[in-house]
Amino acid sequence: MVAALVAQAGAATSTIPSLSGAPAASAVTTAVPGTDPNAINTIATPPIDWSAIMPMVVLFAGAVLLITVTSLMRRKPKGFYAAWTIITVLIAMATAVPLWARVQGWTDIAGQTAFLGLEYQPPFFGPFSAVAGAVGVDGFTIFATFVICISVALGALAADSYLRREGLEGPEFYVLMLISAAGGVLLASSNDLIALFLGLETMSIAVYVMAAMHLKRVQSQEAGMKYFVLGAFSSAFLLYGIAMLYGATGTTNLIGMKNVLSATIPLNNALLMLGFGFVLVGLGFKVSAVPFHSWSPDVYDGAPTPAVVYMASGVKVAAFAGMVRVFVVAFGQYAADWQPIVYALAVLSLAGGAVLGAVQTNVKRMLAYSSISHAGFLLMAVEASNGVGTSALLFYLAVYVFMVAGAFGVAALVGRQGDGRHSLDDYRGLGRTNPLLSASLVVFLLAQAGVPFTSGFLAKFYAIGAAVSAGSTYLAVVAVISSVIAAFIYLRIIVAMYMSEGGDGGAELRPTPEDHIRVPATAGFGIALCVLVTIGFGLFPDTLTRLSEQATPALVEEVTPPGSGQATAGGPTGPIAVDPTGGGSPGGATGAPAGGPGG
Amino acid sequence: MTNLDVPYLVLAGGLFAVGAFGLLYRRNPLVMLMCVELMLNAVNLTFVTFGRMMNDLNGQVIVFFVLVVAAAEVVVGLAIIVAVIRRRPGASADDLKVLRG
Repeated sequence: MVAALVAQAGAATSTIPSLSGAPAASAVTTAVPGTDPNAINTIATPPIDWSAIMPMVVLFAGAVLLITVTSLMRRKPKGFYAAWTIITVLIAMATAVPLWARVQGWTDIAGQTAFLGLEYQPPFFGPFSAVAGAVGVDGFTIFATFVICISVALGALAADSYLRREGLEGPEFYVLMLISAAGGVLLASSNDLIALFLGLETMSIAVYVMAAMHLKRVQSQEAGMKYFVLGAFSSAFLLYGIAMLYGATGTTNLIGMKNVLSATIPLNNALLMLGFGFVLVGLGFKVSAVPFHSWSPDVYDGAPTPAVVYMASGVKVAAFAGMVRVFVVAFGQYAADWQPIVYALAVLSLAGGAVLGAVQTNVKRMLAYSSISHAGFLLMAVEASNGVGTSALLFYLAVYVFMVAGAFGVAALVGRQGDGRHSLDDYRGLGRTNPLLSASLVVFLLAQAGVPFTSGFLAKFYAIGAAVSAGSTYLAVVAVISSVIAAFIYLRIIVAMYMSEGGDGGAELRPTPEDHIRVPATAGFGIALCVLVTIGFGLFPDTLTRLSEQATPALVEEVTPPGSGQATAGGPTGPIAVDPTGGGSPGGATGAPAGGPGG
Repeated sequence: MTNLDVPYLVLAGGLFAVGAFGLLYRRNPLVMLMCVELMLNAVNLTFVTFGRMMNDLNGQVIVFFVLVVAAAEVVVGLAIIVAVIRRRPGASADDLKVLRG
């Protein structure tokens, strides 16, 4: 696959004309197939731009090293795992900074300077693809990488005291979270549907385990089981969709697909449409859009709360990033075909999340339904299928991570020993026993409701603006109405915390001093950070708005630097990627392993 | 494209449907896991068939990726099933009903 991808990457036409002197078209062929008798034994591996995939490598290496180091250490200092995780994440983010500089063309930083002692001179500036066109690096990818990394850090902050409290202390949770994040970054940066699938699975499989991690709780096992079965079901659908898109276009590479689709009218349009539908079903499950949402309240309710912190933020970010890459970026010209489906999903999620959430009595389930409603807003930004929608989506995701991580972070503390006290009654009187904790929960809930001067307001504002800009006015109306209904969910929790006597259910529980919840330093720090960011981006959103506008996705073919010895020959790009005659033309040079059996 | 390959696509579609319905219909966790495998292998067959129809080796290479992912999924799935069964011997999917709302 890899070799053929190189061939296709070379032949693909650039969609972004910013690459000055891109040598793709002038690449020379170094090997002539047919002359080498050992051609079948030599696999032309693509050049790997390690800097492009460094965030993934760091996250994965951090996970592997963490489990290795902790198995060798006799006694671990308190909070060692969480500290390791956060440091890993910070390094991963640091490696993404030069990439951002390179993509945005900050010559003063990435142009001639050394990074971490390494002389680093990028061959060109602007978005690019790496690893045979399987991984795309653009502003969108790096923005999503940052957001995913932040959600891992917030998950680790919430998990540290939680795991110790529940007697689950160990490196596994953090290792799984880091691996899952590496998968999420791959998903967000995939330029190839197979890379997308691998990223999605790496991300999901780790999260299945995290959901089932609390072995003492029946609910946790049940959550893990349900998540696993429905997750596997949805990935099978996604994969079937990928197979159909492959059948319709003859490639799994998004760049190749885009080129094929813009150059020719596909032979089999039904396959293409089925592929869109199946891929949307698969991704719809992951972002928990109605009607594929049935797992999410159960899983959010049953899974250990720090796992939910990550699951509700990081996993969703990655899944939405993947959705944008596939539909908005690669299949943007077929928007008329997939937009109605996304439109319907958005309407259903907006309405369903708000209405079903309003009748819940369990706070974690309420938050789960509210996150379904948020998925509706995000789908609305996807549905717009334009630059406004993409930056609205990124802004929304960035602030959403803090709102949802903070809210579930508070829930992790209020759940107390055993992680079972999540009913609305358990929140009664929290305003008196824990004023700071409940005040921060109020901030997160108001932000989720979209109250002005919080980040949530602008997020919803931009998402609705994107829908209007794309002409989906009715969708915007539905969004506004549903956010009014959803406000009821949040107000119910706030009322329970501050007006515990009488009203709203009855049960009169007078809080005693023993009800005071001790807030551990790490969890408290995480929640405080979320509060600061939620209010901070509400008051001063300019930086984030600018960043989300700069973070545009792009599909750019891979460009190998001249003289690297790798031939990016202009192979055929049609549905038939390999010359059936055995690759006799020099054009199919790097397709040698693929062409071998035919010759 | 040879029409000889089309029956394979139909077969794969049928297998996928059998897997999907089995997953929704059967209540034994192990059988559900097998149904997921059936769905994934139906997709594999689709990939191979498309690869053959288009004379493209990619379709066959993808199958290896899918196999690896399926193996990883089985490992995790079996572990979760074992954890559930240990706690509640003979549990079926219908017994998983603590989480309601």
